[in-house]
Amino acid sequence: MIKATHRPDRRTAIKWMMTAAAALAVLEHDRPTWAAAPDGINTIGYGMDPDLLRIYHPGDLWPLTFTDRQRRAATALCDVIIPADDRSPKASDVGVPDFIDEWISSPYPEQRGDRHVILTGLDWLDAEGQRRHGRDFADFAPDQQVSLCGDICDPDKASPTLKPAVRFFKRFRDLAAGGYYTTPVGMRDIGYVGNVPLASFEGPTPDALRHIGLA
Amino acid sequence: MPLSKARKEYDVVIVGSGASGGQMAYTLTMEGVAVLMIEAGRRYDPATETAMFQTNDQAPLRGTKTPDKQRTFYDASPNSGWQIPGEPYANASSEPEREFLWWRSRQLGGRSNHWGRIALRNGPHDFKSRSRLGVGLDWPISYHDLAPYYDKVELLIGVYGTNEGHENLPNSSPGVLLPAPKFRAGELLVRHHAKKIGIPVIPCHRAVLSVRQDAERVPARLHPRNPRAQRLLTDSMSRRSACLWATDCHRGCAVGANYQSTTVHLAPALASGNLKIITDAMVREVTVDGCGRADGVVYIDKNTGSEHRARARAVVLAAGSQETVRLLLNSRSTLFPEGLGNSSGLVGKYITDSVSSSFSGQFPILENLPVHNEDGAVGGPHAFIPWWLHGEPLDFPGGYHIEFSTGRKMPSMSAATGFDWLTGRPGYAWGRQFKEDARRYYGSTQGFTAQGAMFPNEHCYSELDPVMKDRWGIPVLRYHWRWTDQELKQVVHQQKTLADLIKVMGGRSKGPPATDARKVIRNGGEVIHEVGGAVMGADHGCSVTDRWGRVWDVPNLYVADGAVFAGTASVNPTLTIMALAWRAAEHLLSELSSGNIR
Repeated sequence: MIKATHRPDRRTAIKWMMTAAAALAVLEHDRPTWAAAPDGINTIGYGMDPDLLRIYHPGDLWPLTFTDRQRRAATALCDVIIPADDRSPKASDVGVPDFIDEWISSPYPEQRGDRHVILTGLDWLDAEGQRRHGRDFADFAPDQQVSLCGDICDPDKASPTLKPAVRFFKRFRDLAAGGYYTTPVGMRDIGYVGNVPLASFEGPTPDALRHIGLA
Repeated sequence: MPLSKARKEYDVVIVGSGASGGQMAYTLTMEGVAVLMIEAGRRYDPATETAMFQTNDQAPLRGTKTPDKQRTFYDASPNSGWQIPGEPYANASSEPEREFLWWRSRQLGGRSNHWGRIALRNGPHDFKSRSRLGVGLDWPISYHDLAPYYDKVELLIGVYGTNEGHENLPNSSPGVLLPAPKFRAGELLVRHHAKKIGIPVIPCHRAVLSVRQDAERVPARLHPRNPRAQRLLTDSMSRRSACLWATDCHRGCAVGANYQSTTVHLAPALASGNLKIITDAMVREVTVDGCGRADGVVYIDKNTGSEHRARARAVVLAAGSQETVRLLLNSRSTLFPEGLGNSSGLVGKYITDSVSSSFSGQFPILENLPVHNEDGAVGGPHAFIPWWLHGEPLDFPGGYHIEFSTGRKMPSMSAATGFDWLTGRPGYAWGRQFKEDARRYYGSTQGFTAQGAMFPNEHCYSELDPVMKDRWGIPVLRYHWRWTDQELKQVVHQQKTLADLIKVMGGRSKGPPATDARKVIRNGGEVIHEVGGAVMGADHGCSVTDRWGRVWDVPNLYVADGAVFAGTASVNPTLTIMALAWRAAEHLLSELSSGNIR
């Protein structure tokens, strides 16, 4: 782990900057060409007749990908995007980083497309962190995290060089949200209280009917 | 069984085990007929395999669809999909809008396992479009020929809904339907506002047990004078629970609260002792004897690759309309060089699907709706919009119905994404604001889908591909598809209606409705309502089967599935498929007992 006070020497700084530039270059040319790029995935999927009753965990079906450093970056970004508040916990408390790793490690085409964007984006995040503050994104102070995310959360305002990072941010956010709101904690937070057996279906509650003006 | 030892051990061999094959097997076995059913997929048991109550975080990739599970992970469709390795099909055109998509189900019970359970009757108009509107084909039967069979099927499978006396939306007989569930909040909202623009919203009909069936009265009504059938049905009905108002019907149902062939048709048929089922068996062709009568089928054991023959006094094709077409075309012999039943040249012709497009809206009034359980009969509507513009001057024939989905449903990957355009803020939300947006907007969107009539035309058909074969060496189908102005103008009307609905409800949409229908119309086959290809008709020259589904050229060969449809109505086809199958089964019974089929 790089300490907050650490100042990289010039050679290291150049290496980081080159990594960041390379990461951006790859991000710029992502998507359609990704399927052809070697991604190191040699596993097959769960097949057309999987056991539907088993409970699956990340890593059960295919090996995960994140390096320790990528995992730290993903965890930090998950929690910036979905922090704890008075109603529900932060994303990493319910395993969202592991889910994103499961997703980008999947052998299926949709996820393989995301793999490139997410891994390159996470590497970029740390390289950019080193460039800006001399430390990885996970080691940022909260206001530094807010500032960086603020630079890459708006496609209309981001500078041209940051456009690929904006695409990464949007995709990462959507994956984090999908991972979070499908958990029991997330489902409750978003107001889903079904999936329990009932003797009868009574329709909307009186206050729900009042809310829509049909009481 | 080896070819040399094949004997006519069975009265009837049925190819396929879904809604039509199941109905055929049920009706025949209840009357003591010995039936062999051959299914291309594997054995499937909803009682032990259904993912009841599993949540998406327990599935790989949060349940997202993949090339292995093509309609989400928990969908009741093992080994099934648009593309199945080793089982290709071809399209004649490479234009995207002319591509036909073909869903194949490879499991006992076929597509009935993951069906949406919307069970609406065709109306009287739908059988006579040529006479009434000058388009499409007249069926050789009228609604009244089929009405008693609709009643029977609804009683057997259990259908919730109401009789509304709506034009071309026939009432069921008294005591047939089960009570309709209460509307969800969003459904009440649509009903309230749609009325202002003259659009009716009424209870949908679905094959879901809103209450348990009357396991004493119904069997007696369905099988008068057949105490054995009554006992078998009473036993099978007693095993079905009422809906638990939870877990999506598309997953199937472990407690038998919705219709699937396995639960409702095959269970009592097997209990009768008159049904034998062979699974993992791909039928290659129907065989004929020297007199041109069907005498059985040849099938390939998918596990060993070996070829077998099954012999029977009569053959029923219930393989799904397109698989039935393929079988007929592949059953070539000296007597039938162009395929079986194809003396008219019409096998494969006149394929139709529901004409469909969607549009969605977001409704501020539904934001922050007080939290309550909106599951209901999950995975399907309690309310729908039947076609309501009968007799209006429009620039397309026929009509469509509208389905809509509403409320806070079990979250999937997309649960909290796609709200940025609603906030009025620039960029993509994150942090505490993102969580607040998710709470506010989740469940406030509604998707509307129109599905409408399609009349047979000469441009939509299938034939054998001259080159391509499946992994067993069986020639595969090649599709031809071209929309006509009729469908495209209907879709433009659909889009405008859906946009009007959203507007009158105070909703907003991301963009305007489509004016170029080609951009939003679902592909042929994509609605999985494909029918036709062996259409029934009043005379031999212009149809493949007679009014009973009996192939004109081969009097002991029946088509029991959607292939006989002479066009798609403004409603979903499955209930009509089952009613036709029951009616065909009764005709086959009379032919067997009269000795016309030996």
